[in-house]
Amino acid sequence: MPKRTDIHSILIIGSGPIVIGQACEFDYSGTQACRVLREEGYRVILVNSNPATIMTDPDFADATYIEPLTADVVARIIECEKPDAVLPTMGGQTALNIAMELFARGLVGVPGTPELIGANAEAIATAEDRDKFKQAMIEIGLGVPASGVAHSMDEAVEVIKTIGLPCIIRPAYILGGRGTGIASTMAEFLDLASNGIAASPIAEILIETSIAGWKEFELEIMRDRNDNCVIICSIENFDAMGVHTGDSITVAPAQTLSDVEYQRMRDAAIACIRRVGVETGGSNVQFAVNPATGEQVVIEMNPRVSRSSALASKATGFPIAKIAAKLAVGYTLDEIPNDITKMTPASFEPSIDYVVTKIPRWAFEKLPGTSGVLGTQMQSVGEVMAIGRTFPESLQKALRSLEQGRLGLNCDPAERQFDDMSDDFLMASIRVPTPDRIFQIGELLNRRTRSIEEIHEACRVDPWFLDQMSIIIEERSALWSNHDLGAVSKRQWRRAKRLGFSDGQLAYLWGLEEADVRKAREAAGVIPTYKTVDTCAAEFAAQTPYHYSTYEDENEVRPSTKPKVIILGSGPNRIGQGIEFDYCCVHASFALRDAGFETVMVNCNPETVSTDYDTSDRLYFEPLTKEDVLNVIAAETVASGGVAPKVIVSLGGQTPLKLSGELPVGLIAGTSPRSIDLAEDREKWAVLCQSLQIPQPAGGTAIDLEQALQIVDRVGFPVLVRPSYVLGGRGMQIVHDRNHLARAMAELTGFGTLGREGGLSAERPVLVDRFLEDATEIDVDAVRDRTGEVLIGGVMEHVEEAGIHSGDSACAIPPQTLPGWVVEVIEAYTKSIAAALDVRGLINVQYAALGTTVYVIEANPRASRTVPFVAKATGVPLAKVATRVMLGATLAELREEGLLTEPVGDGHVSVKEAVLPFSRFPEVDPALGPEMRSTGEVMGIGATFGRAFFKAQLAAGTLLPTTGMVFLSLADGDKPAGIVVAQRLRAMGFGIAATAGTATHLERFGIIIDQKVGKVSEGADITAIDLIADRKVSFVINTPQGRGGRTDGEQIRKAANLHRVSSVTTVEAALAAVQGMYEQVEFDRTDQPLEVCSLQEYHRR
Amino acid sequence: MSTPPETITEAALVLADGSVFEGELIGSIPPSGIASGEVVFNTVLSGYQEVMTDPSYAGQIITFTYPHIGNYGATLADFESRRPFCRGVIVRDLARRESNYRSEAHLDAMLRRYGVSGIAGIDTRRLTRLLRDTGAMTGAFGTAGESALLAAAVAEPGTDGIDLVAQVTTPTSFTVGSGERRIVAYDYGIKFSIIDHLATLGTVTVVPASTTADEVLSLEPSGVFLSNGPGDPAEVGYAVEAVGQLVGRVPVFGICLGHQILSRALGGSTFKLPFGHHGGNHPVQHVASGKVEITSQNHNFCVDPDSLGSQVEVTHVNLNDHTNEGMWVVGQPAFSVQYHPEAGPGPHDASYLFGVFDAMMNDPNEWRTKPMVRRSPPARVAGLPAAERGVA
Repeated sequence: MPKRTDIHSILIIGSGPIVIGQACEFDYSGTQACRVLREEGYRVILVNSNPATIMTDPDFADATYIEPLTADVVARIIECEKPDAVLPTMGGQTALNIAMELFARGLVGVPGTPELIGANAEAIATAEDRDKFKQAMIEIGLGVPASGVAHSMDEAVEVIKTIGLPCIIRPAYILGGRGTGIASTMAEFLDLASNGIAASPIAEILIETSIAGWKEFELEIMRDRNDNCVIICSIENFDAMGVHTGDSITVAPAQTLSDVEYQRMRDAAIACIRRVGVETGGSNVQFAVNPATGEQVVIEMNPRVSRSSALASKATGFPIAKIAAKLAVGYTLDEIPNDITKMTPASFEPSIDYVVTKIPRWAFEKLPGTSGVLGTQMQSVGEVMAIGRTFPESLQKALRSLEQGRLGLNCDPAERQFDDMSDDFLMASIRVPTPDRIFQIGELLNRRTRSIEEIHEACRVDPWFLDQMSIIIEERSALWSNHDLGAVSKRQWRRAKRLGFSDGQLAYLWGLEEADVRKAREAAGVIPTYKTVDTCAAEFAAQTPYHYSTYEDENEVRPSTKPKVIILGSGPNRIGQGIEFDYCCVHASFALRDAGFETVMVNCNPETVSTDYDTSDRLYFEPLTKEDVLNVIAAETVASGGVAPKVIVSLGGQTPLKLSGELPVGLIAGTSPRSIDLAEDREKWAVLCQSLQIPQPAGGTAIDLEQALQIVDRVGFPVLVRPSYVLGGRGMQIVHDRNHLARAMAELTGFGTLGREGGLSAERPVLVDRFLEDATEIDVDAVRDRTGEVLIGGVMEHVEEAGIHSGDSACAIPPQTLPGWVVEVIEAYTKSIAAALDVRGLINVQYAALGTTVYVIEANPRASRTVPFVAKATGVPLAKVATRVMLGATLAELREEGLLTEPVGDGHVSVKEAVLPFSRFPEVDPALGPEMRSTGEVMGIGATFGRAFFKAQLAAGTLLPTTGMVFLSLADGDKPAGIVVAQRLRAMGFGIAATAGTATHLERFGIIIDQKVGKVSEGADITAIDLIADRKVSFVINTPQGRGGRTDGEQIRKAANLHRVSSVTTVEAALAAVQGMYEQVEFDRTDQPLEVCSLQEYHRR
Repeated sequence: MSTPPETITEAALVLADGSVFEGELIGSIPPSGIASGEVVFNTVLSGYQEVMTDPSYAGQIITFTYPHIGNYGATLADFESRRPFCRGVIVRDLARRESNYRSEAHLDAMLRRYGVSGIAGIDTRRLTRLLRDTGAMTGAFGTAGESALLAAAVAEPGTDGIDLVAQVTTPTSFTVGSGERRIVAYDYGIKFSIIDHLATLGTVTVVPASTTADEVLSLEPSGVFLSNGPGDPAEVGYAVEAVGQLVGRVPVFGICLGHQILSRALGGSTFKLPFGHHGGNHPVQHVASGKVEITSQNHNFCVDPDSLGSQVEVTHVNLNDHTNEGMWVVGQPAFSVQYHPEAGPGPHDASYLFGVFDAMMNDPNEWRTKPMVRRSPPARVAGLPAAERGVA
């Protein structure tokens, strides 16, 4: 059946900001869908609130709406654009939920409205409604865990009487397992059930008998409208049932299923997709298997592309989202060619001849108060994938891809952390799933004091995986006994490398330098070979150069003579380094390909667009370590007949930047490593600023407390304390007194996570700077070319004051409160810094404006997190321009070429807002600070700041209310601004509740307080927490005191977070919010429809 | 419990073209240090034991493209015949420890028990790419020197021009099942999975490949089944002759070699594919409905449908290379497929074909008038296959 001609325009709903459980895998799927559908000639309309995505680049759709993802907004876009169809299966749970809400309102999926393609409402409801799904599975004869559904606590208690403990509680219509948990006691059950009912948008939970400890599997399946079904990939979880799949180490293909069992699972998956009624597209079906009996039960099914389908696409080379988009418009699988072989159709099941391991990355160190224990609720913020010919090789490659100081399973300095732990302690530890468990298991295997059976009994990891890990450990022992580097035979080298040992591990083991190990290995003739991911295990010739390294006989990298550029990606998503950098790398690849270069991408993050084999001319799915990157450079040099490629290190965030000093200097494209170091090295930087006569906050560097105190004696408190060479304000603190300083320095020098990342040394000191209270923070992104011309990409004024991490604060383009001359000073400073650092490409400079002085805080000659936001606000493709400049083009030439256009700024305001993960971590104080904790960002565009801010808040999930009561509790320093906030709220007709101190202050200025509340800590009758819990307030403004006395405020903020009452934690944000509320009230009063406008429209103006 | 190989025995694989691969010996120690045969590859991700015990691999050395083999051990329940007939196995990695509740033995123990030699540690991807580009090649592996291995590889006749069926067929007939209807199954190298499927349709009498048509008809069968088997269909003239006498007199269903024999019996020709089909993921299109079945495949030879003219209607086509995968003998209750609807290993998508054979035996005359190609495969409504052995 050919494609449908009865539809012409399709609306794709994106997934919004990066949050835990929904990351850039949906940018990958959405980007593929946009591309494919446009190629097929459809008019594509896209809505997504996330400016950092590649899909929202105006080139990818005919109309791109960066608007809040709510049913109202999407309804308004449908009204304006009148699409023929809506594709809701590319934007994760967010898109499905919006589609279901629009369906319920009769706006899509019913006659006379846009058709839902990909999955219809009935199919979505069957898969997402846990009870419906369970009944459907029973109906077709598939096993499911015994369970019951409850909508209230009474019903829940009834259900548990029949199911018994332990049990799993799962709320309906929830992504990433939010609100899910295992209850072993009645108290835990009651707690989880009530939270679950509250978390579910339809107040429904499924209570299921616990099958924790069973083996967990997942099948990725596709179906077309001719009812052809194919399984793309099987995935086996290393961690047994009980840990969310997103938090599990997973392996593809399934390792321990016999064909008889696998085919039974395959039949069940096919039966499942048919019964649920996903007519076209991809789904994943999760199974649990009792290891003792082989009994299989279906756990759940996602009727859409997912994180797992992104992983499966990268693991097999079969582009699920791309094919799903084609199936949605009517093609059948046999009509679509397999991209990789070109000769064979997509109606087949990929076979692979390697092993893929995915390992999640968590951010518990950024969320004090969290337990770090993994469970049924997803908590990881990113993941890595590694490919090896065997499981040990892929496991060790994946572990070093994580960039958490580990070089593999062990054989690195971090393994010493177990030295003081007894066998019994470790055995007890592995019973509890945590990010460290795999290393604990490795340590136990290394000690050989416990059998694999005993270890399996404790951690429930399948003995096959444990034995494979043991092979690594035994090799370590064999290597250990061989100290003489010259005596290592080729066979021994090869054996170690085939088990995934890095040169760094061997260097640690032998007490040598990594470079010496490398030299000896190469002298022995042991160098990596690159194999190809080809969907067919080499049965057919592959056209697509998607490679991974391994140590085998044959290398498959093809020669080519075009000039090559290697782009180093940003590795796993983490707080502080996410999709923004992938955006920059992908744009670099596109720009260079257009300019005639052959582009080579190196990255290890399976969620991204950069690791789509379609993005660059060549893709190396490899860890971003010195060894692995040098290997790729060497392989590509050979492929180019001895001509070394250029390497881009400045677009992927800190990950590639850290490698800049390790790579041959001559190969680095753009700003030289010397300049990068100049900007990072505190002392040299201070000298440079002095010579340029640009003021800097006073400060210095310290490697211990004594040095830190000397600095403080000179500059005075408060000071900002932070480690060098980190991103996202890792470990950054504002310190007000000597005790606090001692604590901060102890944390930084201690053997915590930072210690593991390298510790402190003269090369990696702590920076101690005078903290500028109440200063306005400004970010600038600029590009400088080889002629010295500087392009100011954007000047962003932060909403929150200096001291709140820039990644966590809202900001606006153009600046809203800064006088014009300040902006001019900032531009002048930026040009002079860029010249002094001899920047070739991007530079990001941060400033603080206080009174009439503009201080420079720091400069980074690399891509910043804000590059995509700036590009979308101004219409200038900043990353593309910068990349071309790095390879030698001048701005003038790019203007001539048409790539560089004039920025569009007038007529609209763009606001970026951070999205924080606190709803998942109710135990964490959601107050903002100098350490970044947001996982993603959204953008609001409007005619005025108030409108843009309101939209940005809405997109971030903070609905600014237009009526009701607002609760205020302000730190002393914030009270003057609080008067303005309160007066405006009153004028709009809001009620005001306040704590005693704030109330007294406001009353003094004639503001009427409707409700005064006592302190939580003093056991008052009515507290703010009661008001929040009872939903008596619609908005909470609570700013933390500078020091001490945080208990009340912290509890109030946590309560607002828990009960999902919108709140802000800085007075600047409160002022902005009030502005937004005011304009929304005006909107409502004059009965205007919500204004939506596409980027193409904005950029045309 | 596992019995992993204790020591490493270095070994090499040498192909007839002189290519050398280094590895380690696994399984049984080959006589005089050399095992030889025609080297082929199979791309299944699971089902190594079924593949190793499939008699169609007689005379061949099987390369597994998936690197980890032996992960879930071995069990008698997964045997596809009474013993492995292959000449050896080539793997990247033999699992040291197996893990599965069904396992009764370590794979290495099974190989040794049945005298099958193997070589591990091989860059199987390099080998597969070589075989893909040059076609099936003979080879030899073992602990002997490279020159001895090369000599053995060159001397190895391969599978062309040899009657391998005679080596694997049952010496005497035997009966399985207890249904009312009698089905005679020719054993050219029949897989147990096929017998199991047939046994759900009636009492199955499995007869040696050399059984004559008259002997078969004297058993008064409701249908005759032509099995899979090894080697070149041109070398089993006796089977072709017998089948020629059966078509039209009794419903006939053929699989794989049985498909090739049926087509030769009708006067058609077969030819050798460049590197054969060996895997569990080949898309086959059912011509009449356009629907795609994911199929298990294992053959080096192929039917040329043009050589049969209008005698047959092509019912199934391979979507990868558009070679013939199935046919119906026009006006007769006789049909055959090149692939393996019985799976074992592989997907169950085509198991409906046993239902077609069932219907054919119920009412053979219907097939003399109605063309087969108009019959769609029955909708698989949540259908889990009945025939699953060894699973709780």
